[in-house]
Amino acid sequence: MSATGIGAPVRRKEDFRFITGQGQYTDDVTRPGETRAVFVRSPHAHANIKSIDVSAAKTMPGVIDVLTGAQLASDKIGNLICGWMIHSKDGSPMKMSAHPALAATKVNCVGDAVAVVIAVTIAQGKDAAEKVKVDYEVLPAVVDPAKAQAAGAPQIHPDIANNTIYQWHLGEKKDVDVAFAAAKHVTKLDIINNRLVPNAMEPRAALADYDAGTDNLTLWNTSQNPHVARLVISAFIGMAPEHKLRVIAPDVGGGFGSKIFIYPEEVVCLWASRKVKRPVKWTSDRSEAFLTDAHGRDHVTHAELALDANGKILALRAKTIANLGAYMSTFSSSVPTYLYATLLSGQYNIPSIYCEVDAVYTNTAPVDAYRGAGRPEATFVVERLVEVAARQMGIDPADLRRRNFITAFPHQTPVIMAYDAGDYNASLKKAMEIADVKGFAKRKRDAARNGKLRGLGYSTYIEACGIAPSQAVGSLGAGVGLWESAEVRVNPTGSVEVLTGSHAHGQGHETTFAQLVSERLGIPFENVSIVHGDTDKVQFGMGTYGSRSGAVGMSAIVKALDKIEIKAKKVAAFMLEAAEGDIEFKDGKFTVAGTDKSAAFGDVALNAYIAHKFTGAELEPGLKETSFYDPTNFTFPAGCHICELDVDIETGKVDIVNWTAVDDFGTIINPMIVEGQVHGGIAQGVGQALMEGAFYDANGQLVTGSMMDYTMPRAHDLPSFHVGLTETKSPSNPLGMKGCGEAGAIASPAAVINAITDAIGTENIAMPATASAVWTALQKLQAPKAA
Amino acid sequence: MYNFTFHRPTTVRQAAGLLARNPDGKLLAGGHSLLPVMKQRLAQPSAIVDLSLVEGMSGVEVKGRSVVIGAMTRHADVANSQVLKDLMPGLASVPGSIGDPQVRNRGTIGGSIANNDPNADYPAACLGLGATIITNKRRIAADDFFTGMFSTALEEGEIIVKVSFPVAKKAAYEKFKHPASGFALVGVFVSKRGPDIRVAVTGAGSNGVFRVTSFEEALKKRFAAKSIEGMTIPASGMNADIHASPEYRAHLVAVLARRALAKANA
Ligand SMILES: Cc1cc2nc3c(=O)[nH]c(=O)nc-3n(C[C@H](O)[C@H](O)[C@H](O)COP(=O)(O)OP(=O)(O)OC[C@H]3O[C@@H](n4cnc5c(N)ncnc54)[C@H](O)[C@@H]3O)c2cc1C
Repeated sequence: MSATGIGAPVRRKEDFRFITGQGQYTDDVTRPGETRAVFVRSPHAHANIKSIDVSAAKTMPGVIDVLTGAQLASDKIGNLICGWMIHSKDGSPMKMSAHPALAATKVNCVGDAVAVVIAVTIAQGKDAAEKVKVDYEVLPAVVDPAKAQAAGAPQIHPDIANNTIYQWHLGEKKDVDVAFAAAKHVTKLDIINNRLVPNAMEPRAALADYDAGTDNLTLWNTSQNPHVARLVISAFIGMAPEHKLRVIAPDVGGGFGSKIFIYPEEVVCLWASRKVKRPVKWTSDRSEAFLTDAHGRDHVTHAELALDANGKILALRAKTIANLGAYMSTFSSSVPTYLYATLLSGQYNIPSIYCEVDAVYTNTAPVDAYRGAGRPEATFVVERLVEVAARQMGIDPADLRRRNFITAFPHQTPVIMAYDAGDYNASLKKAMEIADVKGFAKRKRDAARNGKLRGLGYSTYIEACGIAPSQAVGSLGAGVGLWESAEVRVNPTGSVEVLTGSHAHGQGHETTFAQLVSERLGIPFENVSIVHGDTDKVQFGMGTYGSRSGAVGMSAIVKALDKIEIKAKKVAAFMLEAAEGDIEFKDGKFTVAGTDKSAAFGDVALNAYIAHKFTGAELEPGLKETSFYDPTNFTFPAGCHICELDVDIETGKVDIVNWTAVDDFGTIINPMIVEGQVHGGIAQGVGQALMEGAFYDANGQLVTGSMMDYTMPRAHDLPSFHVGLTETKSPSNPLGMKGCGEAGAIASPAAVINAITDAIGTENIAMPATASAVWTALQKLQAPKAA
Repeated sequence: MYNFTFHRPTTVRQAAGLLARNPDGKLLAGGHSLLPVMKQRLAQPSAIVDLSLVEGMSGVEVKGRSVVIGAMTRHADVANSQVLKDLMPGLASVPGSIGDPQVRNRGTIGGSIANNDPNADYPAACLGLGATIITNKRRIAADDFFTGMFSTALEEGEIIVKVSFPVAKKAAYEKFKHPASGFALVGVFVSKRGPDIRVAVTGAGSNGVFRVTSFEEALKKRFAAKSIEGMTIPASGMNADIHASPEYRAHLVAVLARRALAKANA
């Protein structure tokens, strides 16, 4: 391993500009004549729009125009779409209602945009926005997914009966019923997977610039996948043909899924820029972000596990209601279906699984993928069931897991996925050693002496990453393929630019991708730069989410590097006057086999461009190669997290005292970055388990609409993590990588809740398990004793 | 934010004059309560009278058997005051528990008290020590000053100049932080100065900071956690929201009172 190659903990290249305030985010980009968009948003969760009067607003100082949904419709700007088709059990396609970028006749959640003011300054825009008179007829709202389908519930979209988008299922119900009937033991749980607000550090933003001279539109936005944004805005919304629309996602400050989607604001900025013939910028403030960023999770589930007398799992069944909010966001339909139910086998050999999912509309913000997307919800169901079953049956929870682990690969689960590699016993064993599970009983007694109830919780999670084989996802309803592209440009001086369709918004691609190139070409790490996030530079890409940038994005780079090597060998053969087949490439040097004749990579690059050693008839000049890589399978990162915590008996406050994470991510490019990803993921998972929760009141007002009421995890809420690794390589991509971006958020909620319930001796507690909630649970239990 | 005129007086008298001429004007101290509501356009003062250049409004001073803190003294300066830490660490710990470093470096005691946020920390210390709030017009006992959520005895145009805390031999503050905001979900300040025993609670009451007379009575026998062991306060009158039920808040009052007593006696 070289100091900057694969496996080296290289410091992140991009951090210098980030931590010195020199990052260039969308809001930092300014265009001459730039104007500001200020949205007029509905204060009501559900209302008919009787009229909108913009006349007073239009006369306000600095106002250039005030635009409404009626104009958007008459300009034939298309609706936002959900790009993944799900079919209900009865074969009917999902029912998607219209989602205009500006509501014209009806608002369906607080924050729904009804008009936009284009003004010279934000302050002027805000002044004018207050003068837009909207006459609302307020309607009753429904926010609880469990109530959305009830008879008499408010009807959100006139064309969607019972607010039901689809009633989907996966698995064989009959087999499962038979297994349950024969089971010695059945564990049942009601689970709410709480709604979360992503809260990326950089809020969403868009800057649209229409060039009347060329009729070209440029959009700078906070996107995790600028090419997909361009495709959707062009092909479905009809803003401009693809070749007349350039999308640039420059530095982006965190996404966690919420910046995958195409949002109304960017559509409106593009449209408005063309109308007013000036650049139009919008930057969300934190209050708007709470109301309008796609939220995550929000499942209501009843789940059951059937076991035989020895604790062998026979079957699992689950019925989930998934809240998709007021509109179907870009990938919302796939999250509670193919990203959720397909992972319900966990790390276990479960002969039969059946899952039903109803997706519903409610008068809340749209819900879509958020770090983990469906897989945290699945892990939570499986790991809670397994833990509770073990306790009910008097079996050690680690032991019950071991009895059911999958040990032979490949393994076909009953829910589509074919796990390719893993060693679940190894990660459990290593985690138990690091966490000193043996010493737990003593630590529990010691804690009791200080008025603390100590608990220990496991989560042996699995996820499907490296999303995904295009044909496979196509057969499941995806509207796009999920390959990735890469272009490797070798310059005449031997430095390299990699153009990638992956998008970095905190992951450190500029470092890890350069490590790969440095290793493969034997050139200095500093001589490699990574270009991403601009549709004019990168030909196409599917973007970053689902822990796919390593397994899919870097695989595409590997494929392009393979081609570079082949071409470079041809150049070297001419230079060294040898047969192409005799050229060997190692450590940045081309050698003629069995001789000491060699040429350095830089010389070969130069010769490829000056083309003095070969004729055009013999070889094309230049050294640049492209690859589109389509994976053959998902990857299956897995591992074991162990949470040890104290509950203060008097106040119910939970203190995590020890956290162990042992993960199998396959090949690791940069262990420091991987560890950082694990830390961040755990923080978000602990946030979900203990602190975070988006609550709407019965009228559809977001009660947790700011940092004063929505609890984000802070550094001091978390212990120092003990992180370990085990490794089985993924056979499904050339580097053997699995992906690490989401694991922490997937594994951790179940570990926390398993530990709390272990500590206080209850079966279940809802997330977020705040001090108040834990204390209330303690009161309900009879006379809790501290030992 | 809406437009406003900005004034920077250098004396309290000038500041009072400016307020008199601008009836819907507002004093600006650290800005950490006022500016957020202005940014959200929930407040629209026509004039801002900034106190930062007014001389003699900040500092921590021992005067006889009192500690006098200027209204413009930043939370961080009170928390780090060595005289105060030596004399009454219980009081010094109050601003030390407020917000984050940015808030503590800007926010002031005068602003906090004038604002009387039902979850703010200083009101518990003022009531829990029997402080005197000194304005440009008069002296107001803490018992008369805090009149309900976000409401005080201050009259139009009245300016807090300093706050005088009697030195108590035993005093301590125990705060259970609101999980999201870091304010006091419940905070209890206890003190004993001769026969004067005080237990003041912030965060819990639906009418702002209040004293727990039943605890104070019980503590007259002996100023110790034991004296209130098993005592509770009724949940009625406690705040209810998504963060805590009235029962939980009432329970925390008793728990934190015991912990504060233990700390005060340590
Ligand atoms: C992120 C954050 C976290 C916080 N956490 C806490 C916390 O944990 N605990 C806590 O107690 N507080 C907390 N605060 C509030 C903070 O302590 C404020 O600084 C304080 O409440 C107000 O003081 P200020 O000096 O900033 O006043 P300003 O915001 O300037 O003014 C507040 C009000 O008081 C008036 N006023 C100011 N000075 C005077 C005066 N001398 N005479 C009369 N009226 C005056 C103003 O006109 C205004 O109405 C937090 C604030 C923030 C932003």
